[in-house]
Amino acid sequence: MIVKGASIVVNCLLEQGVDTVFGYPGVSILEVYDELYKNKKAIRHILSAHEQGAAHAADGYARSTGKVGVCLATSGPGATNLVTGIAAAFMDSSPVVFITCNVDDELLGRDTFQEVDIVGISMPITKCSYLVDRPEEIADTLREAFAIAGGGRPGPVLVDITHNATAEKAEYEFLAKSEHLKHGRLNHMHKRGDMGLRREEFRTEDIRILAEMIASSQRPLIIAGGGVIRSGATGSIAKFAEDRSIPVVSTLMGSGIMNESHPLYFGMAGSYGCSEANFAVQNCDLLIAVGVRFSDRLTGKTEFFAPNAQIVHIDIDRSEIDKNIDSVHHVVGDAAEIIDSLAAVCSVPNLDSSWINEIRDIKSKFSEPGGFPVEIIQCVNRLCPDAIIATDVGQHQIWTCRNFDFSNPGQLITSGGYGAMGFGLGAAIGAKAGMHDKIVIHITGDGSFGMNMTELATEIRENLPVITIIFNNSALGLVRQNQRLHYGRRYSQTNLTAAVDYATLASAFGISFAHAENIAQFENALQILLENKKCGIIECVINKDEYIKPMLEKGRLIY
Amino acid sequence: MQNKNETQTQTLSVLVENTAGVLSQVTRLFTRKGYNIESLAVGVTNDPNVSRITIILKGTDKMTTLLESQLAKLLPVISVRRLTDTDAIYREFFLIKVKAETRDARDEIIQIANIFRASIVDMSKNTLMLQISGDASKADAIMKLLSEFGIMEMARTGMIALERGENTIYDLSKSGAEFESGKTLG
Repeated sequence: MIVKGASIVVNCLLEQGVDTVFGYPGVSILEVYDELYKNKKAIRHILSAHEQGAAHAADGYARSTGKVGVCLATSGPGATNLVTGIAAAFMDSSPVVFITCNVDDELLGRDTFQEVDIVGISMPITKCSYLVDRPEEIADTLREAFAIAGGGRPGPVLVDITHNATAEKAEYEFLAKSEHLKHGRLNHMHKRGDMGLRREEFRTEDIRILAEMIASSQRPLIIAGGGVIRSGATGSIAKFAEDRSIPVVSTLMGSGIMNESHPLYFGMAGSYGCSEANFAVQNCDLLIAVGVRFSDRLTGKTEFFAPNAQIVHIDIDRSEIDKNIDSVHHVVGDAAEIIDSLAAVCSVPNLDSSWINEIRDIKSKFSEPGGFPVEIIQCVNRLCPDAIIATDVGQHQIWTCRNFDFSNPGQLITSGGYGAMGFGLGAAIGAKAGMHDKIVIHITGDGSFGMNMTELATEIRENLPVITIIFNNSALGLVRQNQRLHYGRRYSQTNLTAAVDYATLASAFGISFAHAENIAQFENALQILLENKKCGIIECVINKDEYIKPMLEKGRLIY
Repeated sequence: MQNKNETQTQTLSVLVENTAGVLSQVTRLFTRKGYNIESLAVGVTNDPNVSRITIILKGTDKMTTLLESQLAKLLPVISVRRLTDTDAIYREFFLIKVKAETRDARDEIIQIANIFRASIVDMSKNTLMLQISGDASKADAIMKLLSEFGIMEMARTGMIALERGENTIYDLSKSGAEFESGKTLG
């Protein structure tokens, strides 16, 4: 049939089974919004307050559901407002297709009103970005975009469509999603194994070598990252570790790979990780890294990282191998498949009998100090253990990652790699849109919350109830902590004293509000909000001198 | 075995889809690492949908390997091959406009051109234009001689290279094998 380009856009979303999109309209993208209006029964559009909020929401939606998120924005400022959201999705390998519309083809490159080269801008922060200026190309490009966003190591893709391409007509035939790889350019890319469209085949020989290394190690350790969650390998890893009594630690993005109470799990490693996890990394003789990219927040100075260990790297992205840390052996492929075939051939290692006890000793010796912030997290954990937890960036984020006992992968939604303050509220709204029956808790700080608090309007307008817990210490806590350690306590621009009356703010949006200065008040407030099942804000007053302890620096713990 | 951290001249041959924006995607990777590309040559291959980019850069072995795998990750990149001095033929094409104001100068330049198998492609009252192909050392030698007369301007295509023998960039598995499927221990 011959239809408008905009109709092809919407039909392609339907081909993918998309039922929820996030976005913000503008003049250049009006053709698409007109088609969305006609299809509003099939596709729910969630209108944000700012495009950045929509981008984080699509990201949060993708992380919580495992589906590809979709985010729409207009040309120029609409497109550039997405940029932080795209980068956050890119750094944490979250599959999102961003669709922007640009000015007419013939006006491109003439500094037209609201024109920007978003394809050029987004190139370094997407798996791929496309400019489409003819309606005939829309269908193939969008099919490709979805395949690439979700294929291999997932990530964001941007498709910029000129206004005329959405307004002009072209031939369109419905093509079932299962047929996409057999057509057009996707077919070529699939054949040559581009972008993980075809699963990487790993050699059984490499698995055998790895199995031998494990069998001959005395102090092995598995470190699991976000890749394990994306690959759905959490069950396989836990089973593999249990059968061989190999201790497991995670990175920040790997939070939730195993239950905190599991006797072989020792928490999060890295600069802000637990003592026992870092002890294990520093003292193992074989480090099996699965789906991690050895970010500097994990390794610190690389020469001090895991000094006694042979490092084996398992990752789906070949370009991660030897990027940050040189490994002695690696296997490129899907984590779940690799662990499963490893389990079939790997015998039980002859462990150093004291290895696990040494780690447990550290855990009991250096149990983390409590205090109000930690109590809050423990209370949330107690009252709603299955809730989706979306965080912003800062001290509250670290407290959450360290103290919440995540029982399932994907339960934590946090900007780990990019550390984008303002990520949390949008991401929480996106998660709620994808997982209606789950309670969604947004944990934030007064600094981060200030960045995108306008999204409160979105949760009210779209009826997506999120409970926001603000850790208000009237300061940029994590930055302040750095100033204390490294800048002689000169707290330059990190005090946010008496900036906002959150009670009035909440009432302006029609959101219930509670103020908590101790854990009893907090627990009471959270209980009421959970019963209400409505949007809510709890402001928790935190002492600005509460610090994240211990911290890891140059391979050494700082208390 | 060369030292992994030693900076040396590296050649990357990259086969790409012939679409808009490919070149900026490829060169962007070099900018990000702060690498300066010494020479870059791009041209369509026998398949009009496919172009070949030859990149010469100075870098360490480790960094070049990293770049190789990041290049391979780019969507329009079909394959990446690192070439070495011994297993490939390198050629570059130059146009040089040189001052030739006297009859003696003209004669002498024509003689140099003959020796270097360069050809004269343009002549005016006071100038000669030479066309020459070869590798970098040949170009250096002729330019040294011509600079005495005064080189007015020059243009070069950038180095292109092809592997000797039966190997081609299409044999993805060959040099990729070690990298793709694990390294051998020891």
